[in-house]
Amino acid sequence: MQPLSNRAKKLEKKPMTLAERAYLPAIFQGLSITLRHFFSKKATIRYPEETRPFSPVFRGLHVLKRDEQGRERCTACGLCAVACPAEAITMVAGERKKGEEGLYREEKYAVSYEINMLRCIFCGLCEEACPKAAVYLQADKMAPPRFERDEFIYGKDRLVEPVAPDARSKRGIQLTPEQAQVLSTKLAQPA
Amino acid sequence: MELPVLGWQALVILVVFGISLLIATYSTYAERVIAAFLQDRVGPDRAGPFGILQPLADAVKLFTKEEFFPAGANRALFVFGPCLAMVTALMASAVIPFGNYLQFGTTIIHLQGIEVNIGMLYVFGVVSLGVYGIMIGGWASNNKFSLLGAIRAASQNISYELAMGMALIAVLMMSGTLSLREITLQQSVPGEWHFWNIVKQPIGFIIFIVCAFAETNRTPFDLPECETELVGGYHTEYSSMKMGLYLFAEYINVFVASAVMSVLYFGGFNFPFQYELRDFLAQSQGAVTAQNIITILGVVAVFIKIFSFIFFFMWVRWTLPRFRYDQLMRLGWTILIPLAIFNIILTGGLILFGVIQ
Repeated sequence: MQPLSNRAKKLEKKPMTLAERAYLPAIFQGLSITLRHFFSKKATIRYPEETRPFSPVFRGLHVLKRDEQGRERCTACGLCAVACPAEAITMVAGERKKGEEGLYREEKYAVSYEINMLRCIFCGLCEEACPKAAVYLQADKMAPPRFERDEFIYGKDRLVEPVAPDARSKRGIQLTPEQAQVLSTKLAQPA
Repeated sequence: MELPVLGWQALVILVVFGISLLIATYSTYAERVIAAFLQDRVGPDRAGPFGILQPLADAVKLFTKEEFFPAGANRALFVFGPCLAMVTALMASAVIPFGNYLQFGTTIIHLQGIEVNIGMLYVFGVVSLGVYGIMIGGWASNNKFSLLGAIRAASQNISYELAMGMALIAVLMMSGTLSLREITLQQSVPGEWHFWNIVKQPIGFIIFIVCAFAETNRTPFDLPECETELVGGYHTEYSSMKMGLYLFAEYINVFVASAVMSVLYFGGFNFPFQYELRDFLAQSQGAVTAQNIITILGVVAVFIKIFSFIFFFMWVRWTLPRFRYDQLMRLGWTILIPLAIFNIILTGGLILFGVIQ
């Protein structure tokens, strides 16, 4: 038969030498290998105490951003809901009343804004579609597990970022030089 | 013996009993941690700091599990099996000398459960009884896998006991005594350059340690509980603490085998330069205190040796694959036994020509 590749190895069945038949050299070789692993660095991380670093482009839990004056950026245009391939986003638009200028940036705002995290595939198309830079997928936070299905439907109470700037997500802010470096090298690599 | 001395000996026995159980308990933890480390994992670390309460958690789990009796099992023998395995495993550590002697005033306490002049024979007898625990348990389960495992255990233990006994004979030819204490003391003589038995009996030691692996049913000779072929072997039908007793008995056997190997081949409670150290301490502390300090250091030495062997047992377990059953039998009967006989003849010749004594 014609060989398919040139990688086939011709094996000969030779009688074992005395050292091979005595097992012991092979056993000690094996023991030395396992002993090396005994002292090597462990692959496991102790999860709740330590976590692995996320990639700077990681797409995690959504956040609805506020602007510099703490007003909600979302204007309930619905482009994110249209862009969403999983149809996870629903919203109800409302008109801004007088005296609410400090709460909402535009005249139209989202009265309710819900993302179903069970439907969401975390593709980030909502983030790309948003003309007001309002919705972002955080790079440092995942949608946590829950016991009930309805707990996965995130409303505005859990999506809109807190008013205090310190408690806000880092996503949507300029990357640090190190993160930018990592990102550019990653993107430069051929797929 | 006077009554106080007997009282002290009873205390020593109790302590040895407790230590055997403690070491067996923590062997389960050590096994899991060592297995994890050899596989680049970290092992149990949730129960208490570094997971040191893990054996406790395991015990709670085993005790609260359902006591299951298979249909058609012989209930009395089914319970008797693990008990026998446990009792025989615990009995063997009684004659092992864990230290020389402590002296308080005129009372001399030997750090050994009982000093009998047939010590090694006693260990062999009791350890051989251990296979009955497995046999009875496997038979009483009324399960073909259990029975096959039990039969394997019996034939394996009988085969390897022969080679083990013959390896031991070579040691006894040099020592001239079966007392483990005497054998230990002979391995170190004050003021003389004296070697442990491992130097004089390298072949015997290799035979002995291979057989010890087979006797304790540890990998690569754990055919009796071979999961791939026999589900769980002799403890297939066992659950709850009865299962725990079998696993426990195995770890106590590992401890006893390690202790016997330390005593027979690695000088037991002797350690290098002990007499020099004793004479040095005697100048400042007095002879009695110096001897007591040396004895305590000797206990530390013997336990270091034992723990090294236990580590070796586990290290081998997570390195080597299991033997096939015919390979196991061929190794025992056609290699180890002739090698042991050759070792006896070699030792006899060396003694005859005065090379070793």
